[in-house]
Amino acid sequence: MKIKIFSFTLYFKVLYMKSKDYLKDISEIKDLMNKSSRFISLSGLSGVLAGIYAIIGATIAYFLVNNYSYGTLLLDGQIFRWVLLDLILIALFSIITAIILTTRKAKKNNAKIWDTSSKRLIVNFLIPLVTGGLYILIILGQQKYGQAGALMLIFYGLSLVNASKYSIGDIRYLGYIEIILGLVCALFPGYGFWLWVLGFGIMHIIYGTWMHFKYDRT
Amino acid sequence: MSLINNINKVFDHRVRLGIMSILMVNEYADFNTLKELLDVTDGNLASHTKALEKAEYIIIEKQFIGKKPNTRYIATKLGRLAFQKHIDALEQLIKNTE
Repeated sequence: MKIKIFSFTLYFKVLYMKSKDYLKDISEIKDLMNKSSRFISLSGLSGVLAGIYAIIGATIAYFLVNNYSYGTLLLDGQIFRWVLLDLILIALFSIITAIILTTRKAKKNNAKIWDTSSKRLIVNFLIPLVTGGLYILIILGQQKYGQAGALMLIFYGLSLVNASKYSIGDIRYLGYIEIILGLVCALFPGYGFWLWVLGFGIMHIIYGTWMHFKYDRT
Repeated sequence: MSLINNINKVFDHRVRLGIMSILMVNEYADFNTLKELLDVTDGNLASHTKALEKAEYIIIEKQFIGKKPNTRYIATKLGRLAFQKHIDALEQLIKNTE
């Protein structure tokens, strides 16, 4: 009788320990699936800063256009070149900030910054983005200026949606918002400036803050 | 205990389970990627991939990138099916003991 009870409890003990192992197995499987297919060390803070740069840049452009070219932008003029430089600087600062903060976060997570998953993310992000950028430059060269803002928002949105498969899935929704803002911008080019500020400035700040509190503060 | 029967012996090891998890969500993975993700030695990884190949759950492709040899691992249809069954069985077991 004693032996029977003993073997009975032993049996349950083994079963219990086994199920604990299985739970660990499942969580390890999930972890590996994520780690091997997605680059998740993106920093939310870099999104916030990109938004702030965009707003500063937009303020400068607004000031330039309203004070030096009387509200109309002559596209072969000096001011246009300044605005273009302004845009390039916003992009450059945003990229540098993203690289620095993401590297820092990857180090903290013990993840590699340059591995299969981050390469895949960058390639898939850049394909729609570079296509859009070249397309915008081409139509600017053909003196079609009206849709540049809308196209920037649309192609950026498509890049985010494409990249979301290889990173934090949530950036897909920011992509949708940018695409919608871009289409609205195409319909009402008169509001282009404000929609651009909303898409690249305010949305980045809101989204970055949300990402920061959701993923970074652990 | 018919549930236990669905638990696949081949996957009853952390490294083999890990290799399959990675190959389920990736078209392929090369030796170094697996090594880094699983944090194992060369010999250890090689013996486990061989075991999975023997079960016909993965195929091993050897090729050259430039002059460097490169080994890729790809999950087979059979392997994917077996792994899915294994996970289902794990989930069932956890549900039953909770």
